[in-house]
Amino acid sequence: MNLVASKDQEALVRGVRELVAGTQPRERLRALAEGPAAGVPDRAGWAALGGAGVFGLRRPEAAGGVGLGMVEAVLVFEELGRGLVPGPLVATHLASGVVDGAVVGLVEEVGQPILVEYLEALDVLVVLDASGVRAVEVAELRGALPVTPLDPLTPVCRVGELPPGRRIGGPDLAEKWRREGAALVAALQVGLAAASLSAAVTYALRREQFGRPIGSFQAIKHLLADLHARVELARAGLYAAAALLDDPEVGERDRDRAVSVARVCAAEAAERGARDAIQVHGGMGFTWEVDAHLFLKRAWVLSTCFGSPDQHAERVAALG
Amino acid sequence: MDLCDSPEEGRFRHELRSWLASVVPGLPPRPDPDDWPARRAYDTHWQCLLHDAGYAGVHWPREWGGRGATPAEHLIYLEETERAGAPYVGTNFVGLLHAGPTLMALGTPEQRARHLPRILAGEEVWCQGFSEPEAGSDLAALRTRAVRDGDEYVVTGHKVWTSHASVADYCELLVRTAPDAPRHRGISWLILPMDSPGVQVRPLRTLMGSAEFSEVFLDDVRIPVANRVGSENDGWRVAMVTFAFERGTAFAGEVVGSLVLAHELTVLARSTTVAGQPAWEDVGLRRELGRVSAELEALWALTRRSVSAVDGAVAGAGGSVLKLSYSQARQRLLELAAGLLGRAALSTDDLTPGVPGGSGRLVAERLHALSLTIAAGSSQIQRDIVAERILGLPRGRG
Repeated sequence: MNLVASKDQEALVRGVRELVAGTQPRERLRALAEGPAAGVPDRAGWAALGGAGVFGLRRPEAAGGVGLGMVEAVLVFEELGRGLVPGPLVATHLASGVVDGAVVGLVEEVGQPILVEYLEALDVLVVLDASGVRAVEVAELRGALPVTPLDPLTPVCRVGELPPGRRIGGPDLAEKWRREGAALVAALQVGLAAASLSAAVTYALRREQFGRPIGSFQAIKHLLADLHARVELARAGLYAAAALLDDPEVGERDRDRAVSVARVCAAEAAERGARDAIQVHGGMGFTWEVDAHLFLKRAWVLSTCFGSPDQHAERVAALG
Repeated sequence: MDLCDSPEEGRFRHELRSWLASVVPGLPPRPDPDDWPARRAYDTHWQCLLHDAGYAGVHWPREWGGRGATPAEHLIYLEETERAGAPYVGTNFVGLLHAGPTLMALGTPEQRARHLPRILAGEEVWCQGFSEPEAGSDLAALRTRAVRDGDEYVVTGHKVWTSHASVADYCELLVRTAPDAPRHRGISWLILPMDSPGVQVRPLRTLMGSAEFSEVFLDDVRIPVANRVGSENDGWRVAMVTFAFERGTAFAGEVVGSLVLAHELTVLARSTTVAGQPAWEDVGLRRELGRVSAELEALWALTRRSVSAVDGAVAGAGGSVLKLSYSQARQRLLELAAGLLGRAALSTDDLTPGVPGGSGRLVAERLHALSLTIAAGSSQIQRDIVAERILGLPRGRG
């Protein structure tokens, strides 16, 4: 029993953090957000992630992948979340080796409106529904209209209906991708929550009012202590879920429950964490200039992917 | 990362589980919570069984008579005993989790030889004399005075919130030995035999209606200087050794117990009705049950992660995160339980059939849970600790 990163896993995390800082620094992401939607994600940054093995991480080495497991994947995705890296990260990772294309999007068929993220940058779109998984060529999507995005780094298009496309897997593959996708979303959310905490602590130490850093006031300290506790809980739940997904002995019910546990805690940490970061920044927290709103908007986007926090909470109870 | 037992851990778990299955069903019925002598007898009997089977002080080093289990095995011990419904550590708590470890770390060879084997064997019960009416969260404000008189201290003061004082043999007592020194540097840690002349124990009735704690009045009590643990005026540091334990794995068993309860409540929610409606049809209830269960599962993962991270004791401030989160999750869980009981929650008697352990137990637990965010360092103090020691925010209570 061990829920702590090994030396190799730590090195992997450091590598990804440096890669993100080097190729997709925050200033660059913010500039990207002001440009055309087709520019998100940035092709060069995306290629760097692919080159580093982010997408092929769990494919066998013989098939050109890195041959690692879900534990390594969530560690990497936590860093991507922390770095606010945009793009269909989860979809491209899930589809690696199954669907051709450098930028693969994913949409779940769960009713109207159908909103597809990053459509203008996609090579191919994967659709998940109850009966399975299918691939749709972007050219087949007629009448797709860009809508004003909530998260400036997550452009979305509205699509009238999803064409039949090409079937690439049945309900089992859809279930597997939903489960793994939910775990990776939880990882992104844990990273976001950690980034919110870090930004809020930095500001609380620097910002002075009444002649003292605001971080010396208990009202602020206690808010940040609670946020820290939520991040630690969510991270532990995430790692436990990833370890279960990597264990072939574990049944589907236990896997599903562990992933939902991770999603419940990670969504709570990410959404409340980003709100707290806005609050701690005071008036500045309500500005475009401070990053806190980007964390919250991304957390909100992620909470709509692979099941809502409420749905995951119900699933934890149902499988309890 | 993995959640699997190593071969040794697997063997340890298997042997422990078999042993528990052989002894737990044969235990006598639990005593009345208000009958303290019976509670002591019950708890020390269990400790004696553990001792005979080689499970006493499972995480204590072999040098001091323990089993020398690894931190992971210690967690397995806490998990398995809880899942088997074995007795809680009870009146042995202070001896096994506070006083014993403190003596191991800082006691003299005589103190260790005299007390450690008897604590392990269930022959000696300890209580804690730290808090005072004017020294709660601000423990360093304690006033109980100890004046040196030859090879004795003469102690006068008033301690409060002392668990199982009426049946304890010894008390770990914090006293002020240097009234003019800076407050953290004038405290000493003494072993008080509870049968010393001048010690008076008065039960303190809690909001549960029972006497879970006592007040201890000390009037010119003479304590040998040889009973001091650590140097004179160094008692604050000695006490901190104890706290690191209290805020670490001390809650691991309770987290597992709460996971078991969450499961029982889930089963109950599927079969019971509240105000005439099937409880399970209430989506708000299902979601809250799911959220609290998720939090408890994550807490158990965090407990396991903390133990693997520091290879031994949970670092003090990390323990604060666990304590802070656990106490809140436990309160939410018991609120859910009360919601499921409906009007049966108006009594601590067992009114609803089919409730595991009886509905009265859940009502009593709901009351007891109110103490969790206060005892052993209030949540407000834990947040200060996390903010200052982990996040690096400025010190102070402003």
